[in-house]
Amino acid sequence: METRTLILSAILFSLGVFGVLIRRNAIILFMCVELMLNAVNLAFVVFSRQAGIEGQVFVFFVMAVAASEAAVGLALIISIFRHLETVDIKNFNLLRW
Amino acid sequence: MIQELLWWVFAALGLGGAIGMISGRNPVASLLFLVLSFFSLAAIYVLLGAHFIGVAQVIVYAGAIMVLFMFVIMLLNLGHDYHNDVRRGAWIMAGFVSSGLIGFALSRVLGDAPATADNAAPAIEASVRELGAVGAIAQPLFREFLVPFELTSILLLVAIIGAVMLAKRRI
Repeated sequence: METRTLILSAILFSLGVFGVLIRRNAIILFMCVELMLNAVNLAFVVFSRQAGIEGQVFVFFVMAVAASEAAVGLALIISIFRHLETVDIKNFNLLRW
Repeated sequence: MIQELLWWVFAALGLGGAIGMISGRNPVASLLFLVLSFFSLAAIYVLLGAHFIGVAQVIVYAGAIMVLFMFVIMLLNLGHDYHNDVRRGAWIMAGFVSSGLIGFALSRVLGDAPATADNAAPAIEASVRELGAVGAIAQPLFREFLVPFELTSILLLVAIIGAVMLAKRRI
């Protein structure tokens, strides 16, 4: 079961990368980042079966970081939406070269 | 035997949820597919023996974070926003990068990985039997990882203050 779960984790991470690269909706980009964080959590849990309970403690920290990232990122999206009335990142070109 | 069957069911649900999230046009549908994916991952955590992580996954991810996303989607009124937001030119590059990532990870997992002997699994199960599912995590969390744990609370405080500063109209 361990090897199969590691493969599942790799596929989920790559799906997250794929989503970040092809979508332009900022909220869906954030969801893809959450998916990548979850794939990493899955790999941590699998490795905790070989390396000890510390892997599950790291999953706990990753969840805390993901929660703060979601809160700050969604606040940024709200504040950008107030100015531009859109969440499509093709319109966020102020810092783009 | 039943565990193997459940693993395949939940792995298929998790993958299907992820694919539905990426391909869905409507942000609300994408979000619900992502919740399905997170619930399936919680079930896989439980199958792997990480009971506390499974419960935390349901409460923190499928509960709190997804409700936050749903609030933002409803606040910005994006539920009717069906215009196509897929980058047309990025398919080839995205497919190349993702398949390269999958290939690299598979070569690492299947190639030179040592035989997956569950070295620590019996110790974890004994510790869960002795201390309970929460205590088995709490013991290392409050001993070896006490400083990172306290730093996490500072991180959450900074995130709260930052989110309020960014999203409030007038401070």
